[in-house]
Amino acid sequence: MPESSVLLGAAAVLAAVLALTWVTATGAAMGAGRGLVLAATDPWLETARLLRQRRRTTLRADVLLWRLSGWSLLPLAVLLVALVPWGPHVVVPTELGVVWANALDVVVWAAVWLLGWGANAVAGLVGGYRFLALALGYELPLMFALVAPAMAASSLDLAMIADAQSDLWFVVWMPVAFLAYLVGVLGFALHGPLAAPVGDEVAGGVLAELSGPDLLVARAGRHALLGAGAAVAVPLFLGGGSGPWLPDPAWVAVKAIILTALLSYAAGRLPRLRVPLLLGPAWVVLLPLVVLQDLVVGVVLL
Amino acid sequence: MTSTDLAFWLCAVLAVASGVAVFVVDSMARATYALATSFVATGLAVLLLQQSYLGAVIVLMMVMEMAVMAVYMVMFMGMNPALMPMSMVHSHRWAIGVSVATFVTLGSGALLVPWPARRGSPPPDVTAALGRALMESHMLVMMTVGAVMVATIVVGVVLSSHRTRYDRFGDDLRHRDPADRGAR
Repeated sequence: MPESSVLLGAAAVLAAVLALTWVTATGAAMGAGRGLVLAATDPWLETARLLRQRRRTTLRADVLLWRLSGWSLLPLAVLLVALVPWGPHVVVPTELGVVWANALDVVVWAAVWLLGWGANAVAGLVGGYRFLALALGYELPLMFALVAPAMAASSLDLAMIADAQSDLWFVVWMPVAFLAYLVGVLGFALHGPLAAPVGDEVAGGVLAELSGPDLLVARAGRHALLGAGAAVAVPLFLGGGSGPWLPDPAWVAVKAIILTALLSYAAGRLPRLRVPLLLGPAWVVLLPLVVLQDLVVGVVLL
Repeated sequence: MTSTDLAFWLCAVLAVASGVAVFVVDSMARATYALATSFVATGLAVLLLQQSYLGAVIVLMMVMEMAVMAVYMVMFMGMNPALMPMSMVHSHRWAIGVSVATFVTLGSGALLVPWPARRGSPPPDVTAALGRALMESHMLVMMTVGAVMVATIVVGVVLSSHRTRYDRFGDDLRHRDPADRGAR
């Protein structure tokens, strides 16, 4: 690939992450009851405020791990978006897009727990442990949900999976896998019903002790991860770039933004649930249903 | 030296250096994530050997394992991140002796064994070949091991949890509303 198109691709990915982050922040605020104008301008005002805020630290924090983890959420979202095929163009072409997307969402485990741990303070630690408990609940349904589209396209390549949906979008005949995937996205983005690790009742959990630019990038990373998860869902379940009139990349962008807006609005609207209330349904209801979904896909393919 | 060679050696050095760091740092979280870094570097090195699936899976599995391991270690040690630094080694001299002896044995084996010349060529799609190797002739082993592993996990959890659904819902699981439901 010539150098200019690599730069162009990288710029497009960064712009997409920024847009998805803003859509998520706006959508979640509107879901929580804020008006459109305030919800849409708040992220920019908050950015300006936090950029000027002085950095606060805690007693004998593990600064290295704390800062590394907080600043890694946003790059993880960028990498996720870089995997998404924009029609014929992919910024990071790999035949294992599904596995890499999964690997990146697992790195979020490490980042969020370390973010809670690093501050050497109780609220963060509680949040970190809450996150890992939740992760054990959402990750397996998420993994089995990723199996369904990969199986149907008999490929782990996101571009091939998108191409395999020219007749029928996978979301139509894999609704359970799509649902489990979205629950997983809410989980690794710490949003909606799965936002217990950053809950108000633990004073913000893993975000509690952050301030200034550190808080800004951690919050933005959280929103960006929701948008990135939704963007990856486009080739997985929503037919990739297929659609009338518009060119393929435009359709990918439109679908990613619509799904991000809907998901973040729902996340803002839904109550935050206690961790024990979620683990039972995740393991006893969702996981068997997703495995059943995989079975249905397997039988249809036979 | 091509850029791939350079990247490989960078990954190799990072893997060894962060492996050493596991024993040098004085905090469980740092030791755990130094080990995770070492595994990720190993995964990237495997990726550069064009075993892309294995590389991706090493990164995926090892980061997840380290995240869970950190929780268990900290849970059982009850250690604060920075206020209680602790040494990451025990049985110091004995361990050094064993590891040096192991390294010398394995290293001399690698150097002294007459390596056979390559026969045949790698298949075009190594991931598919790996899957076929695992799932065709070794299917029975995989299925047996899978069942044994699940049973082990379930038994491990049952043995380690002192409060199960029978405590919460009664011996016949008929109590629908235990007073402290969700407390544990």
